[in-house]
This record gives sequence, structure tokens and C-alpha cells, in this order.
Amino acid sequence: MTPFSQFAIFSAIKIICVFAVTMFIVAYAVWVERKVSAAIQDRHGPNRVGPFGLLQPAADAVKAFLKEDFTPAHVRKVYYWLAPAIVMIPSLLTIAIIPFGSQLGHQKMVIADLNVGVLYTFGIVSLGVYGIVLAGYAANSKYPFLGGIRSSAQLISYEIAMGMSVIPVFLLVGGLNLSQVISYQTGSIFHWLIFKCPLSFIIFLVAMFAETNRLPFDLPESEQELAGGYNVEYSSIKFALFFMGEYAAVTAASAMLVTLFLGGWTLPIAGLDRPAATLGVGILQILIFLAKMLVVEFMVIWIRWMWPRFRYDQLMDLGWRRFIPLALANIVVTALVLCLVVK
Amino acid sequence: MSVAFFIIALLTLLSAVAAMTLRNLIHCALALAFTFAGLAAAYLQLGAQFVGFVQLLVYVGAVAILIVFAVLLTRGREPATQGIFSPKWPVGAAVALGVFGTLAGLLLSSRVLHHEAAAIAQAPVRQIGEQLMTHYIVPLEVLGVLLTAALIGAVILAMHERESDSPPPSKT
Repeated sequence: MTPFSQFAIFSAIKIICVFAVTMFIVAYAVWVERKVSAAIQDRHGPNRVGPFGLLQPAADAVKAFLKEDFTPAHVRKVYYWLAPAIVMIPSLLTIAIIPFGSQLGHQKMVIADLNVGVLYTFGIVSLGVYGIVLAGYAANSKYPFLGGIRSSAQLISYEIAMGMSVIPVFLLVGGLNLSQVISYQTGSIFHWLIFKCPLSFIIFLVAMFAETNRLPFDLPESEQELAGGYNVEYSSIKFALFFMGEYAAVTAASAMLVTLFLGGWTLPIAGLDRPAATLGVGILQILIFLAKMLVVEFMVIWIRWMWPRFRYDQLMDLGWRRFIPLALANIVVTALVLCLVVK
Repeated sequence: MSVAFFIIALLTLLSAVAAMTLRNLIHCALALAFTFAGLAAAYLQLGAQFVGFVQLLVYVGAVAILIVFAVLLTRGREPATQGIFSPKWPVGAAVALGVFGTLAGLLLSSRVLHHEAAAIAQAPVRQIGEQLMTHYIVPLEVLGVLLTAALIGAVILAMHERESDSPPPSKT
């Protein structure tokens, strides 16, 4: 087998596995969301389909596919069809560069080990706005339009804070490659970047909520004011794509957070922070990564049911007048410290 | 010149033409975003990952989306009815030709074309940063001043508007 065809086959296998796991997590994140919200609000949550309602996601998927795909007469058809897909694509593309394990055999457990790593992520994430803007524009009616405008303003604002929050991380690490970021965090738990750049972590975390449209920043969807926001005119599987896009974005953002600040697939005990020599350790490291990611994702879901929603002007104020100056100061201070300490 | 390059170039040029000729401003803005994305793809295809993703991040993710945003916020829903060619098109054509001629002349007289194409190496980000901070420091600073001036200009325009706003008329 030539190296190229070997590369192609292994990449295809990795892509299929990562896609399958991601979609599984997306489906069950919805189930967890409903169960957690039910527990917090003293209800039962889904409990009819399968034991503990575990088959509910499958039932929902079947329902979404079988429902009539209704297209309102007043929408702009091309954009109306494109928008749900454009919402879904960026979240799936971001996952491609996240190292979800060290190696199995000689295969690195990352789909694409890019040198410019995080730049790719932000480039792709910034495309997510198009889906929402297009959905708002395609709907050709007032509420979705307002929802689309609001949400795109929110995404553009918080992208800046998010991008600037991670610059200190890369100043410390000395490169943009995510594998490099992970190897920097090995050795001791205090090498994790959450302890080295706590301010970056906080800004990234908050911006992550805003970027994925989750409460307390889910203004584009605020039911009480906009009857749902940019997705009002959608039904059946197209609506489900918006829904899945949100959870895929949460999954991708959690994976990113784990990679950047929580040590990725490493644990500073029993040599688990070195690339795996055996198959078993390799699989264990993938499980460690998944466990960390699911803890973060659970926290995201938990917060949704504990916090009230921000008002729009508060959201903009927080983004532009608190986080962006803070992130800038963080960059300058980190650079100064590095310059004084290292030289 | 590979097949991929021709496909990318064709799509980029077509979308650029669409951005100039379509009547509906939203369509134009989206076509422009596609042009930017095509340029990013061309950079990536040439092996310039850094420039490619920066192009995606800055032009597709920020500049084009702001244009779309501004058009959505300010324009009425109906596309313009007048022709796409303004009566002053010879002036525009002259300016375009002038700019093209200047750029082409500079390119042809520069050393770029006489260099043998270097073997494609992934320039590390650190190296790009060092070059920017040493060899290209003057262009970088000039750009910085230019952007700051633009920023201050935008703030002054916005301030002016607020001052000239008359107080809201009373109902009585």
C-alpha cells in the first residue's frame, strides 16, 4: 500500500469514528439536557421510550425526519435551504483538528494536525454566523430577522474576545499547534493552562457560552420576545439541524476548552501524559479526553437551568467594555512577564 | 497549475463578477464573501496555511459578514431598480485600469518574478512574527497608523451624528 492510500484510509476511518461519536454525543446531550432540567425543576423528564427514556433521541430523530417538511410561501427558498446546513458545518469542521488521544499504534489520534491549529478553529467558527444571518434573512419575516441580526451581532462581538483570550496561551506555548499545546501541559496538574492563564480561561469560557448561543446568552432564541428567533419559520428536519448544530457547537467548544486549558487527553498520574506505547493506554487516553469533555458539556447544560438570561445591552456591554479590554490587558501582561522572565 | 487551482480560480472570478453585477445588495455581499473564501482556498492550495486561515478569519468571518450585516440593517427589502452601470462608468473604468496598471507595473519590475519559486516550506508562525517585527516593521507601523486613523475617523463620524440629533419631539 502506498503511503498516500494508507493515509487516506486511516483518515477516512478516523473521520467516520469521530463523526459517529460526535453525533451520538449530540443526540444524548439533548437527553441529558432534558433529564437535568427535569431534575432541577422537580419533574420526571422523558421516561416513556425505553428504560429511563434512553431511546427518546432515536424517537425524536425519526419524528424529525418523518414530519412534513413545510416551506412557507414567503421565504427566500435558496437561502432557506442553505442556512440549516451552514449552521451545522462549522461545528463539525472544528472537531477535525482536536487531538482526542495520543496514538493507537503509529496513528496519531487527530484528524488533521495543522501547524496553524487554532487559527483554523477561529476561521471556521467565524463562518457559523452566516448560517444564522442567512436563516434570519431567508425567513423574510420580522421575528426571525430580528433574531438573526441580534445573534450575528452577538457572535461577531464575542469572537473578538474569544480570539484574544487565547493569545496568552500561545505566547506561553510558543506555537499554534494543538498537539504542542497539550505537550506543554504535561508533567503536573499545575502545568494545565487553566492554572497558568486563569483569566484567559474565564474569558474563553464566557465567550464559549455566547458563541454557542447557550443561556445566559441565548438571546437569538429568546422565546418570550422573539417567539424563537431565527428558526421560527423552520420545521421538521431543518429545524432539527439548527437544534443539532447548537449541540454540536457545544461539543466542539467543550473539546476545544479541554484541549486548551484542561490538558487534553493527558492526566498527570501514572505516566498518562506521555504518548501511549500500547493499545490499551491509547484507548484509555481517548476515554480520558471524552470524560473531560463530557464533564465540561454537563456543566454547560447545568448552567443553562441555573441562570437567568442577560439583556441585550448588558450582553454587548459585557463583551465590548469588559472582556475585550481585559483580554487585551491579559495579552500585554503575559507578554511583559514572558519577556522579563525568559530573557 | 493543477485542476484544483483552475476550479478555485474559476469560482472566485465568477463570484467576483456576480458581486459586481447582481442587483440585490444582499446577493452581492454574499457573492463577495464567496470570493474571499475562494482566495483563502487559493492560498491554502499554495501551501500558505497561515495566510489562508487569516484570510478566512478576517475577510470571510469579519469583513464580509459586517457588510452583510450593514446591508441588512440599512437597506429596504426591495432590490434597486436602476441599471447596474452608473452613467459615470468611464471614470470608474479609468480608475480600475490605473490601479491595475500600477500594480502590474510594480510586480513586473520587482524581483519577485525573477526568483525561482522556493520549495514549499511551512513557514512557522514564529518566523512570520519575527519577520514582521524586524524586516517589515515600517510597513507594519504605517498600517497600524492608517487603521488607527480610520478608527478615530469612524468614532468622530459617530459622535458628530449624536450631537446633531435633535431631542425627540414632545407629544404635545
